Amino acid sequence: MNQVTGQDFINAMSAVGAGIAMIAGIGPGIGQGYAAGQAAAAVGRNPGAKSDITSTMLLGQAVAETTGLYGFAVAIILMFVKPFK
Amino acid sequence: MEKKANKKLKVLAIIAIIAVLAVLISKLVPDIDREAGFAISLLYEFELFGQTLHLTSTHVSLTIVTVVLIVLAVIVNKKVMRMDDEETPGTLVNIFELAVEAADNMVRGTMGRHAVRFRNYIATVMLFALFCNISSIWGLRPPTADYGVTLAMGLITFFLIHINGIKAQGASHFTSLFKPILLSPINIIGEVATPLSLSLRLFGNVLSGTVMMGLIYGLVAPPITTGIPAILHVYFDLFSGCIQAYVFCMLTMVYITDKIGD
Repeated sequence: MNQVTGQDFINAMSAVGAGIAMIAGIGPGIGQGYAAGQAAAAVGRNPGAKSDITSTMLLGQAVAETTGLYGFAVAIILMFVKPFK
Repeated sequence: MEKKANKKLKVLAIIAIIAVLAVLISKLVPDIDREAGFAISLLYEFELFGQTLHLTSTHVSLTIVTVVLIVLAVIVNKKVMRMDDEETPGTLVNIFELAVEAADNMVRGTMGRHAVRFRNYIATVMLFALFCNISSIWGLRPPTADYGVTLAMGLITFFLIHINGIKAQGASHFTSLFKPILLSPINIIGEVATPLSLSLRLFGNVLSGTVMMGLIYGLVAPPITTGIPAILHVYFDLFSGCIQAYVFCMLTMVYITDKIGD
């Protein structure tokens, strides 16, 4: 059995932390799904405004996605930039 | 009816032959160490004024994207300048007329009477971001998957917002930050966070597509990586890239309009 050094432990914990950081993906998933559902309902009520509704929905979804992307950026930094050495 | 059935049979036979060939080729290739290749690769290193500078794959793809854009612009400009009034425009000119019209409508819909001042800039940023995002279809590493590129774009937006705000509102551009004095820290952080969130959004979206495609090309067995990733390229590069370019321009316009008034 090889000895686990401190650096090995830090690498392993960085990978675990990256995995935990991606839990942030739950929020944007719920938010984007809700926006898409509301947009579908709006198109059902008013099919003539489909292009306006689509562009508004995409803009709102992109803004809602930001928090998930912060989690993704943290995960990428933990995995590849390795700030803790 | 028979002809149709024959065609279907032919297509099926061609697909089967391709699949068999792919499997055979993958058997011939020795098992190499597969690696997910989505990191920025260093191409050349040099010293200038006592600092080490790096030329990476980002610079190469940026140069290619810029050259393609410039060449397209020069060709379309020459064609439009030479055209008579009665002449029917060709395919390329038609495509660009459509694009210019769409950009004009987009800017006018959001910015109202200020559209004339900003449509050139917005259309330029839109074309640049779009070509950068979809450049991974041609095998380049997209330049927008490097934070240096997107941060520069976010900072340009930041300065545009505040220069136009000062022009339109004068000193009240700054005093409005401290209007309810208790909320001033939140207001100031909100102003600083604008370019950060703009650039991180573009960067994160493009990088996540790049990482996914890198994982698929690097870690999946070769027969599956022939043909099937095309579907994923459509989602991760084309769809996501177009949406993000649109969103970046839209948010830039919304932030500027927020400061100068409709």
